[in-house]
Amino acid sequence: MIRKTAAELADLIRTREVSAVEVAQAHLDRIAEVDPAVHAFLHVDTERALNAAKAVDEDVAAGRELASPLAGVPIAVKDVLTMQGATTTCGSRILEGWHPPYDATVVRKLLAAGMVILGKTNMDEFAMGSSTENSAYGVTRNPWDLDRIPGGSGGGSSAALAAFEAPLAIGTDTGGSIRQPGAVTGTVGVKPTYGTVSRYGLVAFSSSLDQAGPCARTVLDAALLHEVIAGHDPMDSTSIDAPVPPVVAAVREGQGGDLTGVRVGIVTELGGDGYQDGVLAAFHGAVEQLRALGAEIVEVSCPSFDLALPAYYLIAPSEASSNLARFDAMRYGLRTGDDSTRSAEDVMSLTREAGFGAEVKRRIMLGTYALSAGYYDAYYGSAQKVRTLITRDFAAAFDKVDVLISPTTPTTAFRIGERVDDPMAMYRADLCTIPANMAGNAALSVPCGLADGLPVGLQIMSPALQDHRGYRVAAAYEAARDAAQGGALIHRVPELEVAH
Amino acid sequence: MTSTVELMDYADVVARFDPVLGLEVHVELSTNTKMFCGCPTAFGAEPNTQVCPTCLGLPGSLPALNGKAVEAAIRIGLALNCEIAEWCRFARKNYFYPDMPKNFQTSQYDEPIAFDGYLDVTLEDGEVVRVGIERAHMEEDTGKSLHVGGATGRIHGADYSLLDYNRAGVPLIEIVTKPITGTGERAPEVARAYVTALRDLLKALDVSDVRMDQGSLRCDANVSLMAKDATEFGTRTETKNVNSLRSVERAVRHEMTRQAAVLAAGGSILQETRHFDEATGHTSAGRRKETSEDYRYFPEPDLVPIAPSREWVDELRGTLPELPWERRRRIQAEWGLSDAELRDLVNVGAVDLIAATADAGAPAAEARSWWVSYLAQQANTRGVELAELPITPAQVAAVIALVADGTLTKALAREVVDGVLAGEGEPAEVVEKRGLKVVSDDSALYAAVDEALAAQPDVAAKIRDGKVAAAGAIVGAVMKATKGQADAKRVRELVLERCQ
Ligand SMILES: [Zn+2]
Repeated sequence: MIRKTAAELADLIRTREVSAVEVAQAHLDRIAEVDPAVHAFLHVDTERALNAAKAVDEDVAAGRELASPLAGVPIAVKDVLTMQGATTTCGSRILEGWHPPYDATVVRKLLAAGMVILGKTNMDEFAMGSSTENSAYGVTRNPWDLDRIPGGSGGGSSAALAAFEAPLAIGTDTGGSIRQPGAVTGTVGVKPTYGTVSRYGLVAFSSSLDQAGPCARTVLDAALLHEVIAGHDPMDSTSIDAPVPPVVAAVREGQGGDLTGVRVGIVTELGGDGYQDGVLAAFHGAVEQLRALGAEIVEVSCPSFDLALPAYYLIAPSEASSNLARFDAMRYGLRTGDDSTRSAEDVMSLTREAGFGAEVKRRIMLGTYALSAGYYDAYYGSAQKVRTLITRDFAAAFDKVDVLISPTTPTTAFRIGERVDDPMAMYRADLCTIPANMAGNAALSVPCGLADGLPVGLQIMSPALQDHRGYRVAAAYEAARDAAQGGALIHRVPELEVAH
Repeated sequence: MTSTVELMDYADVVARFDPVLGLEVHVELSTNTKMFCGCPTAFGAEPNTQVCPTCLGLPGSLPALNGKAVEAAIRIGLALNCEIAEWCRFARKNYFYPDMPKNFQTSQYDEPIAFDGYLDVTLEDGEVVRVGIERAHMEEDTGKSLHVGGATGRIHGADYSLLDYNRAGVPLIEIVTKPITGTGERAPEVARAYVTALRDLLKALDVSDVRMDQGSLRCDANVSLMAKDATEFGTRTETKNVNSLRSVERAVRHEMTRQAAVLAAGGSILQETRHFDEATGHTSAGRRKETSEDYRYFPEPDLVPIAPSREWVDELRGTLPELPWERRRRIQAEWGLSDAELRDLVNVGAVDLIAATADAGAPAAEARSWWVSYLAQQANTRGVELAELPITPAQVAAVIALVADGTLTKALAREVVDGVLAGEGEPAEVVEKRGLKVVSDDSALYAAVDEALAAQPDVAAKIRDGKVAAAGAIVGAVMKATKGQADAKRVRELVLERCQ
């Protein structure tokens, strides 16, 4: 049962072939079996999950209309979204034991949709990282190879999918934190258009870049979840008041397998030197597949994308340095050194010293410096100009093509510990994903094969509010790939050893 | 500060130096809800009862802008003859302080909503000084700290501090003047007159309670001195805790004499925040303002830019009430007052009260007579400002109306006013409770007249003989008998009628 898709599970529950409680219990059992090895979850709430499932079963039994097409389907939530009744830690010591008094809008929507929240997933501290190694609560392991990273920052959510601990998960993507973990775990990860999924209750890393989105094992599942969580929210001023793009319909259309007339642009700058051969090979295989489906393939240059990574590492840390200032021991979370002789300032300082990990401190320092008087124009100001250039490159490209494609990440999953002492190497994992965050448009990653036995992701980028374009192409590609390769890639994940 | 402060004689100060002022006034808007959340703003509630995730700055919370606050900001800007920005943003002002929930204040930096205006300020002798307005911008208030223990009530030396976040997020408008130069010895007076005029203006706009004692109007006074032959401004200090109009004047004057003494002794002024002590009238050094203090401002990414349409601005311009000085000018013309007469009325604070009384339906002359004579005496006796008397212009107008319709005599009216001042209720209620109605029942008056005529037959005879002047004695007797509650004119008519 755990190997079924979310769409299949929803149908089985609706038609009473299985109960939501059985589905929830199967996943809870799986978590108990494999999570000691994978460590995708920071928190599992069995009782809550079973109660939510029971409520759905009662609705089914009473013949009531179900709250959504995903009613009764289990889901894991990245521990960066607030949820009452559990701690929200963001993978940080500084928030250990913090019980938020309110639900994030996304969580509220999941609950309203009758979905069964299994628990909260592991992540790099405050979503800063590409490997989940920066979590204060231990690394998450990639189910494809337990010695390798599951990507980051949302490694917990993607690993949970790849380990069949959950059929769906919520991630957040600031520079690739949904798509890159999706790519290296052989799962689907979607960063919706900025402003289309509410950020209310998403603990901010970089406010102008953060976006929550769906993680799934199939494109259709991602689209179904997308429609549950998207929509205008007055609590988030940057939320766009526009209809949710018709992503499920686009998937159904794409599954028809015809991409005739769809213009697909390969981004020249996102490939070549520094990209793993196997990754490029898988990517080119995908390109041929798209061509075979009738898509028109062209190459498009987006020269400013070369500047995206350095600009990102000015903007994101700048905003983070301000967003993370509130963790000061005064109102919630960790408090260190308060022995009634020390000043408030000293307690703040000691708490932040003890509560933040090395990468978070590095970025706070970086951002504080970039915003300093005298440096602002050279750093933050210039980075904002780069952002404008990237947006223009996208706009020019989308004049010529419907979607842009690239590998999702330059390499497959690297070994745990391999890049911890080399931040620049770590940062390069997000080379291909960052441009879409900088411009705010939509992008997703769909599995496109293996390189040396490890998954490779195909990134498909769409204009803002045209998320459905990417879904259509992804669905068409996914169907063709599965047909050509004799089944979904995800089922080639090695069997995990079961804990007893 | 234990060392005695050297002060220079004021006449010497102005002989040797030119003062330069800069006034920063913070106005708490009287919107029902806070700047970025739905919490109430009422003053005086139990600590931490008017808070929510947003104004507590809890992780994941986001601001949503209060449109009423923007409206008030624009109206204030228009009344101050400012330009209204076509496009502006909020910015984050980053610094750590326990009463700031996010450790940044959402404010405006280089893009204020209103800028480049002026306010004409009339001094007591009628001289008008035009004070340039640099900008008026929106920001959120901080919480309040109560430092317990220690001698000063300030954070240093306190045993512990209590924090109340009810005020956190209350909308503020900060109004900053351009440097005010060339006012010489009148600088302290100009400062006071400016804040007074601003207070009256804000009151007329009905955007704030403008209570300096409750902190809804707060003034920081920047003062510097330049030697008579100097071409550049001197180093300024910023005096805070200036809680009344009188204190504004005293604080400026004190800083001038203190700085002059320091400069004359060859010392230099430290750029610092100073604290005004109401009791001593002195300022003392507070937080040291290092020139390197760096707020790392950057545009607030959680809020979208504000672009007030020109139509909206024009519409708001149409809602501006008659401004206090316009009203005075109109009143001067209508009442035919000389400049000196108007000034006298202004100086005792009577103009607006008289005008409001007239607006409530009373003849202007009557209104003026009440406020400058009987009510002025009452204010004098009580040692309060005219405006502080517990009687409203509407109540005065009601009393005047009762006299006009014959319900009250002038003498009775004064008793009614006494009753209102004593808190006995509205004029009509006082009339009722004290039984002050003029006796208008003719049968009762006939009886009293007949009684008086019978008691003084010789006078009655004179009247009958046509010596009408003698009627006065009978009228007096009747008035005495009715304890003044009769209308003397009517009594006289009845006396003459009886003696025909
Ligand atoms: Zn609030």
